[in-house]
Amino acid sequence: MAILIDKHTRLITQGFTGKHGTFHSLKCVEYGTKFLGGVVPGKGGTMHEGYPVFDTVAEAVEKTKANASMIFVPALLCRDAILEAVDAGLELVVCITEGVPVGDMLFVKNYLRGKRTRLVGPNCPGLISPGQAKAGIMPAAIHKQGPVGVVSRSGTLTYEAVGQLTALGIGQSTCIGIGGDPVIGTSFIDALELFRQDKQTRAVLMIGEIGGSMEEDTARWIKRNFTKPVAAFIAGATAPPGRRMGHAGAIISGGTGTYAEKVKVLKACGIRVAPTPAEMGATMRRVMRPRRAAGE
Amino acid sequence: MNIHEYQARQLLREYGVPVKPDFAVTAASEVEQKLGALPGPPWIVKAQAHTGGRGKAGGVKLAKSKDEAVKYASAILGMTLVTPQTGPKGKLVRAVMIAEDTDIAKEYYLGLLADRTAADYVFIGSTEGGVEIEKVATESPQKIARVHVDPIAGYRPYHGAEMARRLGFTGAPARQLGMVMAGMFRLFTEKDASLVEINPLVRAADGSLWALDAKVTFDDNGLARHPEIAALRDVHEEDPDEVRAARHDLNYIKLDGTIGCLVNGAGLAMATMDIVKHHGGSPANFLDVGGTASTDKVTEAFKIILSDPNVKGILVNIFGGIMKCDVIAEGIVAASRTLGVKVPIVARLDGTNVEPARTILAASGLKIIPAGSMAEAAQRIVRETQQQRKGRP
Repeated sequence: MAILIDKHTRLITQGFTGKHGTFHSLKCVEYGTKFLGGVVPGKGGTMHEGYPVFDTVAEAVEKTKANASMIFVPALLCRDAILEAVDAGLELVVCITEGVPVGDMLFVKNYLRGKRTRLVGPNCPGLISPGQAKAGIMPAAIHKQGPVGVVSRSGTLTYEAVGQLTALGIGQSTCIGIGGDPVIGTSFIDALELFRQDKQTRAVLMIGEIGGSMEEDTARWIKRNFTKPVAAFIAGATAPPGRRMGHAGAIISGGTGTYAEKVKVLKACGIRVAPTPAEMGATMRRVMRPRRAAGE
Repeated sequence: MNIHEYQARQLLREYGVPVKPDFAVTAASEVEQKLGALPGPPWIVKAQAHTGGRGKAGGVKLAKSKDEAVKYASAILGMTLVTPQTGPKGKLVRAVMIAEDTDIAKEYYLGLLADRTAADYVFIGSTEGGVEIEKVATESPQKIARVHVDPIAGYRPYHGAEMARRLGFTGAPARQLGMVMAGMFRLFTEKDASLVEINPLVRAADGSLWALDAKVTFDDNGLARHPEIAALRDVHEEDPDEVRAARHDLNYIKLDGTIGCLVNGAGLAMATMDIVKHHGGSPANFLDVGGTASTDKVTEAFKIILSDPNVKGILVNIFGGIMKCDVIAEGIVAASRTLGVKVPIVARLDGTNVEPARTILAASGLKIIPAGSMAEAAQRIVRETQQQRKGRP
């Protein structure tokens, strides 16, 4: 089980021959992902690190039956790379690149409506289903197969959370970094909807941050639609208003997107929020074993 | 990226939005000669600095003669504007704009931005112009009109007609409103803006519309394809340490606490600030070294953190994935040696190559305190900085 990616996923990399594309593609191979080659316009017909390179995504699909891609092309080329992957009919596209202009993402997001492609990112670490496969840049060794779905707007903070879960002996079904940009392909709700249908996933850890209202919208949705236990953490309690905290989407503007507001709504919707980032794993454990916690 | 009002007015003009003639100068001596080409008096003399609330701070004057214009321009140039947005330090005014005055029958607000939730563009209009739109939105939301534009279909004349209807425009002004909105939309999408705001948009006694004050900000991620927009950057308006950090591809935001933070990844960097605060400390900065730190980059990060005299200790929090902990450890040691760091450093390293990293730190002979977890690291650096305050020099 797990969601979006598993041992049957057939992965290619757009921007395969670049430094990051090469390094991370090979890391995915090392983890056991079914990797079939890459797409680099103008380099079709060559081999790179023992894998074929194609000129277009359509050609790669035709020749390898790939159904997923990971994107490492430069930020200003991402819009076209994603559109190409959508038109080639890929089921999953994971855009790792940071710095894609918002205007490009607005176009992409609307183009995706009604298409079969699921986009994850951009500006994200990708996703991993421990023990099966990964399409991303996360360190594989900290993961462990198990029942918790992890969904996060962050990269390294997700590693921190996963590290805590694994140290507590709690494994993960799938960990998805949805990305730190204001407009992204997969929202928290999209990921939760998939976790809801996944038998392996028994609980979810959600890691949000200041900016926008996605966490609040998700909390209200969870209250109505999601019965598996959810724990959360929101980063940015100390972030000053009006400043972009590294992620393009992490900004408090016009009094909205604050930490206080998000935590208030999450709690009102019955979601346990870890008080500090050091307690993400412990909070998840408490939520998963309510009876034991009550008896303690 | 922010630009000055006079630059925003010029861009709007280029996109067909009616804006009265103006010019900007950096020295009062240029005013008299340039006034010759400007219709008037009266003229508006306006401080050019990246902040709102300039009028209340004394940065906007109405000049009824050439002498007055020169007098006001020299008073405004070099003044320090203190507004709610600038904080108590204020902003030095380096340029002044002089514009033809407009007679005002009614003021409106008109803005265009990206709606991240709806994933489209949204025009925001209001009959309450000239005031802060956030305030109107909270206090009288019924006075705000929103018209969404699909990013693929783009702006169409019916969007303008709908806004005109909602704001009560008819006839020629309604048609003119449509032109203004079409221009704003083209400017926004062609130049990767993140906000195009006209506040106020004024209707003159004869019914004509004019953009009086304009604010345009740009998506930093789009600047690489618009060199002419990137050239409008005024680095004087930005924090020099943040400018320097950006040159080294470091994401740095200065805060007013005492504990310097050096972290990889934006989310973890925010969370690190949060946990410092949770344990009773106050973060001196947000600093994300990014995914590919070298020894040089770590050294530069230390330099920037230490250039803040308030820093009494440094917390390093690295979760090595792609970034290897031993590389960071070497960077910390090199930076501490070259810079002769006097303040305590607590280093929490986890993930890839953490064992060799610990060996490097231990073998360095430097006083770098290792910590096993985020909580331990935060508690330790808070304790170290507090002890320091309690009497040690």
